[in-house]
Amino acid sequence: MKNIIKISFRNLLRSGRRTVLTASLITIGVMFVLVYAALSGSFKEYMVGQVTDSMLGHIQIHKKGYIASVDNLPLDKNLNAKQIEKITELLDENKFIESYTFRLKLGTMFSNYVASTNIRLNGIDPENEAKTLPLFSSRLDGIDTTALKEGSILVPELIAKGMKVKKDDTVVLVATNQKGSVNGLNFKVAGTIEPISGPGGRDGYIHINDVKKLLRLKEVEVSEVVIRLKDASKLEQAMKLLKPLSEFKNQKGKPVFEVHAWKKLSPFYNIVKMLNIMDMSIKIILISIVLISILNVMVMSVYERIKEIGTIAAMGTTPSTITKLFLTEGLMLGIFGAIVGSILSYIIVFIINAVGITFSFGRQDGLTLNPTLSLNEVLVVGVIVILISLIASISPARKAAKLNPVDALRQN
Amino acid sequence: MISNKHVSKVYKMGEVDLTVIKDLNLEIEHGEFVAIVGPSGSGKSTVLNLLGCLDKPSNGKVMIDGIDVTQLDTTALANFRGEKIGFIFQSFNLIPVLNVYENIEYPLIMIQNLDKQEREKRIMQLLKDVDMLDQKDKFPDQLSGGQRQRVAIARALVTKPKIVFADEPTANLDTDTSNQIITLMRNIQREFNTTFIFATHDEKIVTAVDRIITLIDGVITDDKRIAS
Repeated sequence: MKNIIKISFRNLLRSGRRTVLTASLITIGVMFVLVYAALSGSFKEYMVGQVTDSMLGHIQIHKKGYIASVDNLPLDKNLNAKQIEKITELLDENKFIESYTFRLKLGTMFSNYVASTNIRLNGIDPENEAKTLPLFSSRLDGIDTTALKEGSILVPELIAKGMKVKKDDTVVLVATNQKGSVNGLNFKVAGTIEPISGPGGRDGYIHINDVKKLLRLKEVEVSEVVIRLKDASKLEQAMKLLKPLSEFKNQKGKPVFEVHAWKKLSPFYNIVKMLNIMDMSIKIILISIVLISILNVMVMSVYERIKEIGTIAAMGTTPSTITKLFLTEGLMLGIFGAIVGSILSYIIVFIINAVGITFSFGRQDGLTLNPTLSLNEVLVVGVIVILISLIASISPARKAAKLNPVDALRQN
Repeated sequence: MISNKHVSKVYKMGEVDLTVIKDLNLEIEHGEFVAIVGPSGSGKSTVLNLLGCLDKPSNGKVMIDGIDVTQLDTTALANFRGEKIGFIFQSFNLIPVLNVYENIEYPLIMIQNLDKQEREKRIMQLLKDVDMLDQKDKFPDQLSGGQRQRVAIARALVTKPKIVFADEPTANLDTDTSNQIITLMRNIQREFNTTFIFATHDEKIVTAVDRIITLIDGVITDDKRIAS
């Protein structure tokens, strides 16, 4: 085998320029795929992280029908104390869950005594909210989550700007409860909260106890339960353990709860899907590049060396050894391209990280991409390239092995 | 050693059958130094290819060393050639990516799989025999025609073949070099009792051999032995 490798390697060097060109083509292809995968992976991870860690959580539970009418923040589709208890029981048993938090959502009128507007609000328990959504506090303008005490409000940045309210100003929230009775309360502005992309990304926050006061609720009510998992990749397993909730029915035989993974709740998941399809398409393009370029080089190689193949066959080289000689040549091109391409990709990714590429998404500016190349991805691309090189070499190698030595020797 | 019985070779040229060799019966003994001569198109090279196990006859038997080689498949035939047969070509056919030493080494590693010490012993001896020891690290394109043919001869002999087939081995060489090469082959034949079979036009070879087989239109018209 050592000698086959030696001879194949020297044969590659024989047409040095062609070898370099083909190997570079494969190298560039590998590099392109890996750098793209690193960048899109980092973008996906960043955006998914943003969506799940600052607003959505990984899983949400609502009363059946809530999501369908989420835009008008219905108050008649809240979960009652008994239902909450049932959910809590199941969540506490679920080993995949890190933490969870309750939200009571409502729409109110927001007034600064001069003008008024509509605002969507989340009633939260700030401590649980911060635990379940680690990026929540990063959206707050220089204040801590504990600043959201009872009687205070976190105003969405855009509304704060439009209504010209700032920290420590007093505002009035007016809400209508389920029975139609209107109530207003004064709130102190604790600070502003940055908008993020996705549903609920421009909502304000008050303490959950204040919602109860505002709506004059006699008992506990919750409109959504937000769950954070210990490991986001275990989403399917965690969802499976929550299945009893989706299957739970009331006395009328109708389902009571709806359980959704973040993928169902965020439109960003479609972008993720699109990025994955693009990932795949680029890999297919790479496969074609490798296939065509190696096939081309190997076919040329065989045609140029017909007489030589005739000579070694006449001397007694078996067809299988001739096949191996040419397969090794193709394989070496592929291996070279895969290795050099991977090394260059690591260097480019390192440079991108050192330079720092920033991008904007929606209303968010200055997001920095931190691309990383997973060893897994490098191995997958490497194996694809090497496998395709081998496949591309099979036909020319077999042609070489099948040559009749007499005919081959007659060629000039 | 070599015995052909009723061998014929027919090529299909479209609709027409072209008979190149007709009912060839030939016996060649071990250690003979034979030339097959005849005009172009007489079938010299075809006979060489048939005897050298590169081609199979359309009819008849080719027995070499007691084995009917027409019954062997491609791989077995390749192995048979690697063991028993050496080839010397008109245009030398050295492998351009290997140097002199490696070209001679090729059949020993790719075909016979000999260990390194034995290889080196054989190659160094042959390099001395063909007077190419000081050129052993050069590549074929750095050598003259005569030097290349010496390397090709060494390569053909390194496997210790019983028969060496040489198709016009001197056609690309000048008179002096041709004479040197013929003398070299003659010496080897005498020393190792190797059978040499030439297909040639070259008078210099014809006058050097022990037996001349004349072929015209695929038929042996003359077979004479010359007392040396």
